[in-house]
Amino acid sequence: MQQNTDIEKDLQLRELDAMCVNKSHLQHKWYHNLKYLVVGILFGIVFVKAEVVSWFRIQEMFRLQSFHMYGIIGSAVVVGMISVFLIKKFNIKTIYGEPIKISPKTFNKGQIYGGLIFGFGWAITGACPGPLFAQIGTGATVIGITLLSAVAGTWVYGYLREKLPH
Amino acid sequence: MIEFIKQPWAWYVAGPLIGLTVPALLIIGNKSFGISSSLRHVCASCMPANIPFFKYDWKKEVWNLFFVFGIFLGGAIAINLLSNPNPIEVNPKLAAELAGYGITNFNNLVPEDIINWQSLFTLKGFLLMVVGGFLVGFGTRYAGGCTSGHAIMGLSNLQLPSLIATISFMIGGFIMANLILPFILSL
Repeated sequence: MQQNTDIEKDLQLRELDAMCVNKSHLQHKWYHNLKYLVVGILFGIVFVKAEVVSWFRIQEMFRLQSFHMYGIIGSAVVVGMISVFLIKKFNIKTIYGEPIKISPKTFNKGQIYGGLIFGFGWAITGACPGPLFAQIGTGATVIGITLLSAVAGTWVYGYLREKLPH
Repeated sequence: MIEFIKQPWAWYVAGPLIGLTVPALLIIGNKSFGISSSLRHVCASCMPANIPFFKYDWKKEVWNLFFVFGIFLGGAIAINLLSNPNPIEVNPKLAAELAGYGITNFNNLVPEDIINWQSLFTLKGFLLMVVGGFLVGFGTRYAGGCTSGHAIMGLSNLQLPSLIATISFMIGGFIMANLILPFILSL
């Protein structure tokens, strides 16, 4: 029983402002994670080939000079919405036969303050977190510094979390 | 076929493929699409420093680190094997504006004129790379997600908080790109 509460507490903590929480109660060997590596590789290729990771495309987006990024994000959301709708409607299960669960998000003011701060950073670096990894892959090694700085920013947020308005 | 792949991909090809990541991750292992959390897992694994926010079993989230490492490899594959030799086509208005700041090299996805190892130690480079990165890491965690977690995954699941976050990202980006970044670039 005690162990169950601990697992529950750990899940709640990981869920806290996190987008990705492992809902699965199944235990897998480490190599099961290779499938996420494959999805990541395909995703990274799309990122680069569609120039989503281009600093120039992001500048065009924030100056309303190109439809490209709006088209990408818009069509990605539409495809995502239809997929989630179908998954829920037909109770589609994972490949391990588990029911698919998506945790809802609760509103807090951090989404506004943090959102604005991230928006500033996005326009400066021309990259959100995903593209940072892809940019380093394309040989822009100095972006490694930007990535380390982003890790530092995340750490400082965790450190100040209790004092920030939410 | 390979010639076709080497062209830059149109939005209506790339957007749906990115959208399909949502059901792909859900179906192969019940994972909600999100990237910025990987930064938190790095903190939790390397330097938790007794901060409650980083005291959790990060090993259960290791899939996310595999995923972002894949994005890195995907970037390397795309640029080395599938790359288009032509410079990036930029809107003429943007090209003219950037030329005013000495940015004329459009050969890479990242503007090499301003983002390189030499300029890292100048005020401009420090603001662009170090401060910019810090804002990305701090802001995404404060907001509880980034473009992937909120704008794509959250909106796909019809979450109002994600819509609020996405609108905030865009407002922040518009303010920075149009009102503040010109000063940074002219340093």
